[in-house]
Formats: sequence, C-alpha cells, structure tokens
Amino acid sequence: MAPVSLSAPQAKPEPARERGQDRPPGATACEAAAPEPSPPGVALASLPPGSRARVLAVLDEASPVGRRLLDLGFTPGSRLRVVRRAPLGDPVEYELRSFRICLRRSEAERIRVETT
Amino acid sequence: MIVSQPLSQAALAASPPSLHLALVGSPNSGKTTLFNALTGLRAKVANYPGVTVERREGELELAGRRLVVLDLPGTYSLDPISPDEAVVTRVLAGELAPAPDALVVVADACSLERSLLLIAQILGRGLPTALVLTMTDELHARGGRLDLGLLERALGLPVRGVVGHKGLGIGALRELLAAPETWPRPPLPLPRSAPDRAAWADSILATALERAPGRSRITEAVDRVVLHPVAGTLLFAAVMVTFFQLIFRWAAPAMEAIDAAVRFSAAGLRASLPAGLLTDLLADGLVSGVGAVVIFLPQIVLLFSLLYLLEDMGYMARAAFVIDRLMGRIGLEGRAFVSLLSSYACAVPGIMATRSIPSPEQRLVTMLVAPLMTCSARLPVYALLIGAFVPAQQVLGPLGLQGLVLLALYLAGGLAALVAAALLKRTLFRGEELPFYMELPPYRVPTLRLLASQVWGSARAFLRRAGTIILTVSIALWGLLSFPRVEAPAGLAPGEAARYRLEHSLAGQAGHALEPLIAPLGFDWKIGVGLLASLAAREVIVATLAQIYAASDEAGSLREAVRADVDPRTGRKVFEPATVAALLVFFVFALQCTSTLAVLRRETNSWRWPAFAFSYLLALAWVFGLATRHVVGTLVE
Repeated sequence: MAPVSLSAPQAKPEPARERGQDRPPGATACEAAAPEPSPPGVALASLPPGSRARVLAVLDEASPVGRRLLDLGFTPGSRLRVVRRAPLGDPVEYELRSFRICLRRSEAERIRVETT
Repeated sequence: MIVSQPLSQAALAASPPSLHLALVGSPNSGKTTLFNALTGLRAKVANYPGVTVERREGELELAGRRLVVLDLPGTYSLDPISPDEAVVTRVLAGELAPAPDALVVVADACSLERSLLLIAQILGRGLPTALVLTMTDELHARGGRLDLGLLERALGLPVRGVVGHKGLGIGALRELLAAPETWPRPPLPLPRSAPDRAAWADSILATALERAPGRSRITEAVDRVVLHPVAGTLLFAAVMVTFFQLIFRWAAPAMEAIDAAVRFSAAGLRASLPAGLLTDLLADGLVSGVGAVVIFLPQIVLLFSLLYLLEDMGYMARAAFVIDRLMGRIGLEGRAFVSLLSSYACAVPGIMATRSIPSPEQRLVTMLVAPLMTCSARLPVYALLIGAFVPAQQVLGPLGLQGLVLLALYLAGGLAALVAAALLKRTLFRGEELPFYMELPPYRVPTLRLLASQVWGSARAFLRRAGTIILTVSIALWGLLSFPRVEAPAGLAPGEAARYRLEHSLAGQAGHALEPLIAPLGFDWKIGVGLLASLAAREVIVATLAQIYAASDEAGSLREAVRADVDPRTGRKVFEPATVAALLVFFVFALQCTSTLAVLRRETNSWRWPAFAFSYLLALAWVFGLATRHVVGTLVE
C-alpha cells in the first residue's frame, strides 16, 4: 500500500501532471503524487571488489533474468563476496554458495544487497 | 516406454528389457566424464528436432538388462529461459525422447552447496532419482568432509561418490543403476520456490557436510595473475596469438603430407588403371574430393585439441571473462571471441565451438560471421595474387608492401566479421536478451581420455557430415569441368589443348555465361571458372587457374602467365590492378567452402542458415568488389 506523501500538498496539482500521470477526476493531489517505495538496500553493481554482502531481493523476480538469478542462488539471505572486476571493467566475479560466477553490470543492477 | 512412477517388481517382469536413464546436472559437474565411463566411447550423437542442442545417447548392459543412458545438456535450472534450455524439461516430460525411467543427478562434490538448488528442482519431477557426486578426491584434497550416509538419509535418495576420470566408484554405481526400482524416494513436501530451495539446501548441508571444502589454493593463485588487469590482459593476448600461430605452424606439415599423399594416390591410379573416364572420375573426382576433406583434418584436430584443452583446464572461462566487455559492444559475449579467433585458422571448428554460447541469437550470429575471419584457405589465393601483382618494395623501413597488404587483408576479415555481427545483431537477430552469467570453475588438470574423446567426437562429426557433401560437390564440379568432352583442334600444344577443353566444358560455358554478372568487377570468363570451382574450397582457384593457363602450379610460371594475359577483345590486361584488388576483396567476403556450409547445416539443423550465409556473403563480396574496382581504378589512373 503506497504511503500517503506529505510532500505533495493539495495546493499543487501541477507536479502530478508534469510527471505524466493522468489525474482521474476527483483524485486528490496527495494520491496522485505518492512516490514509489524505493528498492531495499543497494545494487550489487555498486559494490567495490572485496565487499561482502547479503542479498535482500532480486528486482523483477518473475522476469527470465530474475528467475535465473534466483535459481543461481541469489536468494534473499544468501551471503556473497565481490571478488574482482574484469580488466575492462565488466563483468564482475562474485563468490556465493562456494562457487564463482561472473555477472555483467546490467544483471548485477537487479540484485539488491546490504553490505555486511 | 513412458513410466512416471517407480517400477514395481511386477511391472519390471512384464516390461521390455531396456531401461532409460537420463544424466542431469550443471555444466562442469563431471557429467560427460561419467557418461563416458559408463557407456564407453560409443555414444550416438544426433540433434533434437527444432533446436540446435546435441543429443548424446549411449548403452550399457547391466545384470542382463539393456540400459540406455541419455546425457542431457548441462543446465543450472529446470526453469528454462530459452528453447535450447527447454530441451531438458521437454525430455524429462517425455516429449523429445522416450521419457526416462530414472534420473541420475551428477554434481561436483565441492559444489554441493549450489547443486542442491538444482537437485531440489529435479526431485520435483517425481521420477526415481539417484545422486552421484564426482571429483570426491578434490573434495578431500581441499579439506572437505562429507558424510554420504547422512546425506542419503537427509535427501532420501541413494548417493554414490565417484572419481570419474580414475574410474573409482564406477563399479558400485553400476550396481545401483541396474535396479532403480530399489531406490528410496525423498520425503514430501519438497520446496517449490527458489528461496525455499535455498533454505532446504542449507538444512541438508548442515546435516551432512561436516566440513566445507576450502577454496582451491591453486585457482586463487593462478587467477591472481590470469585475471590481473595488466598481467591478465597481456597473458590473454599472448595466449591468443600463440594459439593461432601454432595452428598455422603445426598444422602445415601434416597438411602438406596429406596433400602429397592425395597427389600420389591420384597419380598412382592414373598409372595403374587404363586411361579413360572412370579413371579420371576416380583420380580427379573421388580422390581429390576426399583429399579436399581430409586436408582439413590436421587443422581441425589441432584446433579442437587446443580449444578443449583450454576449456577443460578452465582457462576458456577466464578468457571470455576478460574480453566480454568488448564483445558486448557488438552484441555478442566473451565466449563468442574464442569461436571467432579459431575461425582465423578454419571456420569449421570455430563454428562448432559456438556450442558454448547459451544465447541462440548470439550463437547464430557468431556462426554466420565466422566465415569472414580470414581462414587459412585464403592464404594461397592471397599469396598468388599479392606475389604476382603487388610490387615487392619496402615501405616504412623493413616492412614490405606485400606483407602489409597481406596484413591488411587479414585485419579486414576480422573487422568485417565484427561489423557484420553488430549489424546482424541490431537488425535480424534482436531477440530477448538472455542474462549473461558464467561460472568460473576451479582450474583442473585435464584428463587425456576425456580430451581425446572430445576431439575425436568433433572430428568424427566433421568427417561424416562434411565428407558426404564435399564429396558430392567435388564430383559434380569434376563433371562440370570435364564435360562435354571436346577434341581440341590438332596442332595445339598439350597445355593449350587442356585449356581449350576447359573453355568448352560446362564449367567453361558457365564461366562465359557468368561474365555479364562479373564483368562490372572486371572479371572475365577464366576468373569466372575459377570462382565457380572455388565454391568447393577457396584454394581450388589456384589449381583451376593453373589448368586454364596451362601452367604448372609453380608460383613462378602461373604468376608469369596471369601477369601476361591479355583480353583479346579489349586488348587490355585481364589482371589489371583494379581487377586484382576487386578479386582480393571478393575473397575477403565470399563463402567459398562446402565444409563450412556443411557444418552450418549440421549445427543449425536446417539449410536455411547456410543458404542465408552464402547469399549475404556473396552479396557483400560483389558489392565491395565493385566498389574496390572503381576506387582502385580511379586511383590508378
């Protein structure tokens, strides 16, 4: 349930329209301006080599990429370590569940973690 | 026979004797080694219909029963995200092959923590299942301790440990496989979601894994160098350059030996059999045709040996890791680089090596651009034309112009392949992008037996399929070049008489018929005949031109002959600079190799893609040849 935002006062209907949302007749400015809850933790892609982290979630779990990441072991609660970046910067090697796997940045962006 | 419940004794007694087992497991699990250990090297290889995934099946006799073992493609998950991956689930459901009666999960003993996730999915299929842990020696070497008895009880499945390449534990495994009806079944309920499977796996491990194996020290140490930003990149470049140098250097003597043997056999046939059509067919059509196939074998064997060696060692994954970003820019991935690099020697193993690429679109694009890489068959053609027409001057100090032109042609092929890949990927082969992920397995010392079986498997596949097509085309070409038999007018020297007969053969007539199409590029009918003949294999144009000019194959006299040739109709040289340049560029692009077509057919399981490759490359060859002719023509004047 989206939290009611206190930052969208009733006196300002403009911001909602600027964001491209159609305001249904009768809707209050508060409902139209409620923000999306931000994803938990940080993206795995943002961690430097050597970091240790725990998976919080995989974004868009139902997509093919999401399902595969989960099946590979990037499940909530799994512990992992960022081993190294490739010489050209991408992909990045990770260690989890006792094996080494490399992911490109675009895949690592979808994995939300918290550092440990 | 489709059976979805455990076999009861009564059912066994009534059922036909053969039992279908399927081996399932992730890549790098030692599954292939185990498959070979169980079935010997007599596996039948085919393709599943509609996909490009290979089907490997073997047989063995156990306790009077015939077991058919199906080696399923390695997979990380039973939730498929591509049609190739769906093969595993479809086979398990009985769609593409007789449904297995029992499953054997193969997992590396050191990677149990990850493998349990797949095992949970497999158990969900409800088939009798057994677990085989491979490379248990490595588990001990790395300080791990696993209680197989506890693992059996925790999983509710029979568990056996083996060391596949040493044959340890295989006997006990065979006994187990003979009687799947005796296998215990796991207790329900089984985990159904990925997080549940992870939790289930952790609880199993907590019970049975007394000590987790430490990290492989050797792998850590070697990777510190191999994947180091500077040292790693340099090492990568060195390995790649060495790789392809070796192919050239080491394959050459064997290839020359085969060439000599072929000529010898052909000459021998002529000497011992009466002169006539049949002898010609045997000597020129059959023996030369077979020779054209077999001559590739040293390169193919060598290339595959190196490829499989680097792969089995674990280096290939590192190479792909290093180069992936560059490949990603053109829409491919790191593993495609290895295929393309191999194609610099010969496109045939390069195309077969694309099997390591999971994404069907990327795999297809890589296969379609592999023929652009400057393969070794182009070398004799380039050598002839450059030797005859590029002045042997020094440019930039010690560098010769001839060498530079050769280098430019080599690089042009590679560049063309990369650009073509990028364009194909952006237009025809957009596709859902599969996620990129790649396991970096621990380094292993490759076993000679496995290596030999892998190389033999690939070489045999090439010989069988390519052989039939090449043989057919060679005989057909021989026919076109030899018929109709006309008598040369009296008074001509034997060489000129040969040339006359060639001009009036079907191929010669075809060359004349082709002239309007190739005249814009500056080619005449003689080059036309050469191009037609070279459709079988590029280097054939050299021998064909030699026949036409009635010169020997020696570089000297053929070179002189082509330099001197004048077109009687226009009075100009046949091989003008613009024409030579156009011909060189034509060879950069055109797909003139029946072996390549045959391999494309086999790997894509259809004729559509070889036909497409041939057509688009021919179009590029024609267009760029035309452009080259005009550009060089203007520059020269």
